[in-house]
Amino acid sequence: MWDYSEEVKEHFYNPRNVGVLEGANGVGDVGSISCGDALRLMLKVDAESDTITEARFQTFGCGSAIASSSALTEMVKGMKLDEALEITNQQIADFLGGLPPEKMHCSVMGREALHAAIADYRGEVWEDDHEEGALICKCFGIDAVMIEETIRANNLSSLEEVTNYTKAGGGCATCHEGIEEILTKVLAERGETLSPVVKQPEPKAPLTNLQRIKRIETVLESIRPALQRDHGDVELVDVDGKTVYVNMTGACSGCSQAAVTLGGIQQRLMEDLGEFVKVVPASAMKRA
Amino acid sequence: MSEKANNDVYLDNNATTMVAPEVVAEMLPFFTEQFGNPSSMHRFGDKVGKALKQARAQVQSLLGADLDSEIVFTSCGTEADSTAILSACKAQPERKEIITTVVEHPAVMEVCKHLEKEGYKVHWLTVDKRGRLDMQQYIDALSDQVAIVSVMWANNETGTLFPVQEMAELARTAGVMFHTDAVQAVGKVPINLKDTAIDMLSLSGHKLHAPKGVGVLYVRRGTRFRPLLRGGHQERGRRAGTENAAGIIALGKACEMAQEGLEYENSFVKAMRDRLEEGLLAAIPNCFVTGDPANRLPNTVNIAFEYIEGEAILMLLNRQGIAASSGSACTSGSLEPSHVMRAMDIPYTAAHGSIRFSLSRYNAMEDVERVIEVMPAIVNQLRQLSPYWAGDKPAANPEAAFSPTYA
Repeated sequence: MWDYSEEVKEHFYNPRNVGVLEGANGVGDVGSISCGDALRLMLKVDAESDTITEARFQTFGCGSAIASSSALTEMVKGMKLDEALEITNQQIADFLGGLPPEKMHCSVMGREALHAAIADYRGEVWEDDHEEGALICKCFGIDAVMIEETIRANNLSSLEEVTNYTKAGGGCATCHEGIEEILTKVLAERGETLSPVVKQPEPKAPLTNLQRIKRIETVLESIRPALQRDHGDVELVDVDGKTVYVNMTGACSGCSQAAVTLGGIQQRLMEDLGEFVKVVPASAMKRA
Repeated sequence: MSEKANNDVYLDNNATTMVAPEVVAEMLPFFTEQFGNPSSMHRFGDKVGKALKQARAQVQSLLGADLDSEIVFTSCGTEADSTAILSACKAQPERKEIITTVVEHPAVMEVCKHLEKEGYKVHWLTVDKRGRLDMQQYIDALSDQVAIVSVMWANNETGTLFPVQEMAELARTAGVMFHTDAVQAVGKVPINLKDTAIDMLSLSGHKLHAPKGVGVLYVRRGTRFRPLLRGGHQERGRRAGTENAAGIIALGKACEMAQEGLEYENSFVKAMRDRLEEGLLAAIPNCFVTGDPANRLPNTVNIAFEYIEGEAILMLLNRQGIAASSGSACTSGSLEPSHVMRAMDIPYTAAHGSIRFSLSRYNAMEDVERVIEVMPAIVNQLRQLSPYWAGDKPAANPEAAFSPTYA
């Protein structure tokens, strides 16, 4: 049995905005019937104000697919189109009090339907850029396609590298067999075999503590302008091994999206440093 | 889970069963006063040893095995399946092929897939739209290169029965070992192993009102065998590890009761199943039975409700206190509906809406009537949400009416 939040159950048992929307001027049909989820999102957009005045849906799918569709229609009503396009799948999941990792794709489907419907209204062609594979890493919600593509694009050859680039396998570590299987397959195409020896990270001159902290600061500096635009900010508090402590300030402090932002900062830092780091709010720091 | 626990209707007995109260009573003393190790040389152990012997005889009787030494207790059906297949490979290292079906339980299928990666050639027997095997395909695959044939007696999702006795004869003629995963069949259909050519058979306690954590591998006398677990002399060295005494004793009692209940299963339980099937098909449009209705377990019916998804159906049933299961992708967190539904070429729009109802002797006709009463509204409620549905019937040309991007 899935561990669905009360919000998911509520939106499933009593879905909002169900059925055909007469006079819809933006319709998005997305999903995959092989996976068992498909969604038609219908929008009525007021041309003058560029605002979504009504939204309805029809969904073939499981409890969380129906709940995600219902949540999406509630979220977008009254939004300007450009605003609506900013909605992330994580926001849809957050609206529902979170989704199990296996079910995050339901929120992705919601975001895609929204993009498709808006593209339809604007007379544009929406192209799906997202191919979904079997879920490998349940901690970070990384699927097989993402892992395989990352291995190819970056010429990766070890489990550690895959974890550094995608986060997959960096949590509970129980999916390592699955990751190694994908690695073995891609390496075989390159005429290589997976080394049975756990490879240590690149011997490129390790950063000194000072260099490393400066690198972290540089990355944070580059992120700050984007946060400041939303009247927020971030500052580095401490670095302890693989843990980077930051303070989210201004509008970021207490924002429901703070967790998402932290995830984004972590991703940027990992890409830059080429190692796994964890970004946590300074409030979680153990005080002496 | 449910708000009104006393009205709960449990129709998911192919997933697991209630432990029979008589079985619980039988096993309880073996946690406390009869706690001895049957291998010990004192009276504490001796009593347990005698109880195990009785349990072995009870299992032997239900299976119609020639000898009680052919019964090997394991921790579960999965262990029995793994032991059988890996034993056959180990004992005949020169044979590098396996025959199995595309609709096996993961306990067999994943072992075979793993052996495939290690270089074994696996002959995957396919099924038709009714879930039936093509015997010619089977005969063509049999050869002296095959280490083992592993074919389930009854399919867990549809209840469809395979002709394992006939297949075992063919394997014996070809000089090939034959194993059957009979986890769903034991206690539901008559089995008399001494009159068959079956070499190995797996069963699981919790599918026949014994507790979870105990299973059996039947190994015909003289079958070449290599243990999965080595160590102590338990189970005559074929499965080391201190016996799960209470579990084994419970399984013995459950087998005795299953034998007594076999006729009830094939008359009353079957009648309830038939009423459920007939009632649902009559009350709900656009649904059909999957598998081979003429040739299946007496307790199982699998119905595909078109244009809606199974997990959503289960959640609404659960709210009414009714438990069943589904072959949809979402219930398992995978990206494809059940491999059994796909193997039978059931369209996606129906496979995701397939619901399995599996009964037991602890159900009553009023349970069935409850389901027949609530199911039409549940199906209708979800169809009103479905883009494939319009009003009271499927959208005209449903596949064209809704063909989403990246479908």
